[in-house]
Amino acid sequence: MINPLRSEAEAYRFLLLTVGYFAAIAIATLAIGTWAGVVVFLVLTVAGAVYVVRASRTEPPRQAVPARRGRGNERLILVIANETVGGERLRDEILSRSEGYDEQVLVVTPALNSHLRHWASDEDNARVEAQKRLDASLARLQAGGIDAKGEVGDAEPLQAMEDALRLFGADEIIISTHPEGRSHWLEKGIVESARERFAVPITHVVVDLAAEHEEVQDPKPS
Amino acid sequence: MSAHAEAHHGPPVANQSSRVDAPTLGMLLFIASEVMLFGSFFTIYFFARVVAGPAEWPPPPFELPVFVAGINTAILITSSFTMHWALQAIKRGNRAGMQAGLVLTVALGLTFLLTQIREYSRVGFSPQDGAFGSTFYGLTGLHGAHVFVGLTILTFATIRAFRGHFSAAEHRGVEISGIYWHFVDVMWIVVYTTVYIL
Repeated sequence: MINPLRSEAEAYRFLLLTVGYFAAIAIATLAIGTWAGVVVFLVLTVAGAVYVVRASRTEPPRQAVPARRGRGNERLILVIANETVGGERLRDEILSRSEGYDEQVLVVTPALNSHLRHWASDEDNARVEAQKRLDASLARLQAGGIDAKGEVGDAEPLQAMEDALRLFGADEIIISTHPEGRSHWLEKGIVESARERFAVPITHVVVDLAAEHEEVQDPKPS
Repeated sequence: MSAHAEAHHGPPVANQSSRVDAPTLGMLLFIASEVMLFGSFFTIYFFARVVAGPAEWPPPPFELPVFVAGINTAILITSSFTMHWALQAIKRGNRAGMQAGLVLTVALGLTFLLTQIREYSRVGFSPQDGAFGSTFYGLTGLHGAHVFVGLTILTFATIRAFRGHFSAAEHRGVEISGIYWHFVDVMWIVVYTTVYIL
C-alpha cells in the first residue's frame, strides 16, 4: 500500500479525496436520510479499499534516483557484494567502467542476518561479520589497484543499495554474486528487482570463487 | 582505537534506512500518533452520542452553528490549496509564488482559528454542559490546538521564505509543513462532518 502522506503532493491528493468522500456521505444523509448516508459510506469505503488493494498490485515500483551523479570527469561506481569481491573479472569490470574517468568506488556489504535476529534488531554480530568481509574485499581491491571505500549496509541487499544511492549516489551499480545455483541473491531475483527499482545502469557480475572463473553479463539499460 | 573512532565525539552515528528520509519519517510517525489521539477522542464522542447519549443529538436546547462552521471549513480547505500552490511554486523556482502561497495559508489558517474562537464565545454552551458540551469542545478544541501548531510551523516557514531560504532543489521545510497542514485539514473534515453534519 502506498503511504498517502509520503509527500505534500500525496497528502494534498488525500485531502481532496477526503473532501469528496465526506461530502458524498453528508449530502446523502442530508438529502435522503441517515440510512442513505450509511449506504454511501459503505459503498465508498469498500470501493476505496478495493481500489487501494488493486492499485498496490498493479502500480509499478517507484524507481529510486541517486542523490547525486558524478560531475564532469567524475564517475561514481557502487559495488554490492557480500563476499565475492576480489575476483579478477570484477576488478577488470570496475577498471573498464572507470577508464578515462576519475572514479570513486563504494563497496557495500549487506549485514546479512537471520529473519528472527533482524526483527529483534539483533544485528551487532551481523554487522561485525559484514565489516570483516568488507575489510577483506577492500584489501583485495586495493591489491588490484582500485582505491575503493566501503561500508556495511542494511541486511536486505536492495535496501542497502537504496541507502547507498541516497547517501553516496552512483552513475552505475555493479552487483557481484555467486553463480546460479549457489547464489541466494539470484534465487531471490535481487538483480531483476534492482533493475526495476533503481534508475541507474546495473551490471551483474558472476564470480565463481571456487573455480576461479568469472563471467560478466552484459549490462542491461535501466 | 582507530583514527576515525578517535575523531568521532558523541553518540554513534545512527544506521539510517532510506526508504523514507528521516525528517519525513519523523513527521509521518508524529501524524500516526496524532491519528491515534484523534481516534481516542472520536471513540469518546461516539460513546457519548450513540451508547450513552440522549435520543436526540445535539440534545435540546443546544444547536450547532453549522453554517458558520461550514464557511470555516471552506476557508480551511482553501488554505490547503494555497499551501499546495506554495510548494508547487518553489519546486519551479518561483519564490514570489511560494511567499504568496505561504502568507495566504497563514492568513486563512488564522481566520479559521479566530472564527472558531468567536464561535466558542457565541455558541451558547460550555464544556461543563454535559457529555455533549465536553465532547464538542474536546474534539474541536483538540483540532484548534493542531491548527495553532500548524500555524506556528507555517509562520516559521514563511519567515524563512522571506529570508531567502528554500529553493527548487531544497524545500523540505515547506514540504513537511504542507504534509502537516493537509493532515490538520483532513482531520477537520472528519470533525466537521461527524460533529456538525451527521
